[in-house]
Amino acid sequence: MGAVVDLEGLLDQRRIWRGRQVQARPLGLQPTGHAVLDERLPEGGWPSAALSELLLASPGCGELQLLWPTLARLSGEGGRVVLVAPPFIPYAPAWQAAGVDLRWLAQVAAEPDDALWAAEQCLRSGSCAAVLCWPERADDRALRRLQVAAETGDALAFACRSQQAAHNPSPAALRIAIDTRPAQWRVLKCRGGLVPATPIAAPGRG
Amino acid sequence: MLWACILLPQLALDTVQRGRDDADSPLVLLGGPTQRRVLQAVNAAAADLGLRAGQTLAAARALADGFTCVEADPARIDEVQQLLAAWAYRFSAQVSLHYPRALLLEVGSSLQLFGPWSSFEARLRTELQGLGLRHRIVLASNPVAARMLANGHDGLALTCAEQTRAALANMPLDRVGLPADAAQAFSRMGLRRLGEVMALPRAALAKRFAAPVQLHLDQLFGQRALGLDFYQPPDRFESRLELNFDVESHQALLFPLRRLINDLAAFLAGRDCGVQRFDLHLEHAEGPDTVLKVGLLAAEREAAMLFELARGRLEPLRIPAPVRNLRLLADDLPPFVPQHRALFDPRAQQAQPWEQLRERLRARLGDEAVKGLRAEADHRPEHAWQASEQGAAGSLAVAPGSRPGWLLAQALALPEGGLQWLGQAERIESGWWDGGDVRRDYYRIETREGLRGWAYRDLAQPGPLWLQGWFA
Repeated sequence: MGAVVDLEGLLDQRRIWRGRQVQARPLGLQPTGHAVLDERLPEGGWPSAALSELLLASPGCGELQLLWPTLARLSGEGGRVVLVAPPFIPYAPAWQAAGVDLRWLAQVAAEPDDALWAAEQCLRSGSCAAVLCWPERADDRALRRLQVAAETGDALAFACRSQQAAHNPSPAALRIAIDTRPAQWRVLKCRGGLVPATPIAAPGRG
Repeated sequence: MLWACILLPQLALDTVQRGRDDADSPLVLLGGPTQRRVLQAVNAAAADLGLRAGQTLAAARALADGFTCVEADPARIDEVQQLLAAWAYRFSAQVSLHYPRALLLEVGSSLQLFGPWSSFEARLRTELQGLGLRHRIVLASNPVAARMLANGHDGLALTCAEQTRAALANMPLDRVGLPADAAQAFSRMGLRRLGEVMALPRAALAKRFAAPVQLHLDQLFGQRALGLDFYQPPDRFESRLELNFDVESHQALLFPLRRLINDLAAFLAGRDCGVQRFDLHLEHAEGPDTVLKVGLLAAEREAAMLFELARGRLEPLRIPAPVRNLRLLADDLPPFVPQHRALFDPRAQQAQPWEQLRERLRARLGDEAVKGLRAEADHRPEHAWQASEQGAAGSLAVAPGSRPGWLLAQALALPEGGLQWLGQAERIESGWWDGGDVRRDYYRIETREGLRGWAYRDLAQPGPLWLQGWFA
């Protein structure tokens, strides 16, 4: 009996990797809010306490569509969401309409050099549920720092970067490229599972 | 009532020494007129060189070399006494500086809170050591007896009047604060101990000595009360530290800064308040002071945190000239509300609470760096949001998807070639009452790259299409 439990445990922790993805899986700890995407991701959602990288075709190309359900869920649970040096002004009514509780949203204004530091501090502190940052010229080391900080503070880290960075290796646990034509999400890397072969159509973009 | 007397026999020397980080180098305190400088106090290292208090400076120079001379500063001593009173105010509501270099505390009513005297005393001693002051502590049943017993004892604890009387009877007559002539007269009468004086008939004593002698004896034995001025804590904190040498690096300022902040924290704990903003003045030999303002969003009083914040502000500061003195001023002392923590905190592993994190970020990035977002009930995009300290939802609900998530700081003129128009125009016409009158037709557009934008045409001033946001 113990052996059976062990096997389940091993599968759950993804120490053993099975070639064929199991279809029916329990809901992950950090569901993305998009059922189609959750199904394809190995943890049934965002990798918890880890860095996820969003590779944008261009700034403003649909990252909020992808993130809003998660941010709404986290802020609704009383988790703090921090935007570190966002490239645009978050338009409050739209964020509110998307379900984000503005009381738990904070934005940090920082120069590019300080932004990484600020993001790392927020992640490490453990008082933030999710931290979004837009590192422009982040190297492997900087991303690794973010990843470690996210692990330390048990927070979700999201780094929005240009798709040109897709060719470089990255320590992020999950990498999703967001395309606009056609509007779709491509998972480039996901720790602990097979990368879904086909892109996922982004919702709400006809 | 039980009175504790904390006697600070080396206050002048300790006051100087606590501001310096070289405790083992010889140090003497000078006093007296310019023609005849006298050593007022010497520290242990100086005593090893053969220096003694009371020597003239010339004699001292002949004896030894390489000691530091510091001018005795009565004002500075007074300042430290005030600080000590503020510190002691934390333990008792009745604190008096009636005697110089001594603190009187009524502790009988504090024992309930601070535990039995032995542990209370240990705590007092630990904190005094932390403040860098040598001390003697005596507990007695009245304030005068406590003060006089401290002349000959340390660590004495007499909890009732009987014991106090017995201990006083054993005190030598020249150590109990009698007027000098009276003490001399007693000794010529062959009396050595206070007990022998008390054995004399009271009427005869009153006849032979002036009234103050009898009064003092009565106060010593608790038969008459001494009117004490009790300490009232001030409403502001000010402390100044002389560095005695020119400091140009941040690193060298940190030690005195830590001392100042520890004093501030001791003061705040005594007053049961926090500090919201304080100024650090770096005084130069000439020219105006460099003022470093440290502001916090919420009142705090923990020394380590205040120090870290002040340090965070100090380090990026460019110091224009060598620093002579350091002064800390705090006027804004609001009540301190400790942070509420639930027993079953959902995020128990939280290492650093949000308030601390926010202060950290503000310390490095600037006061305005961390903002919340407030939605306003206004249809004009420029006025529909507000950066504020605390984010809040607005009362005006918009349909999901009808407004862009990102807004451009400045609307951008958009060439119309290759744009795809999605849906009908939406007119926003508002703001005639506040001068920001707006008459615009808003369109949802899709660019050639597939980005969805929110653009408007200004009806008041026909011109190009202005891009204002992205439906990201």
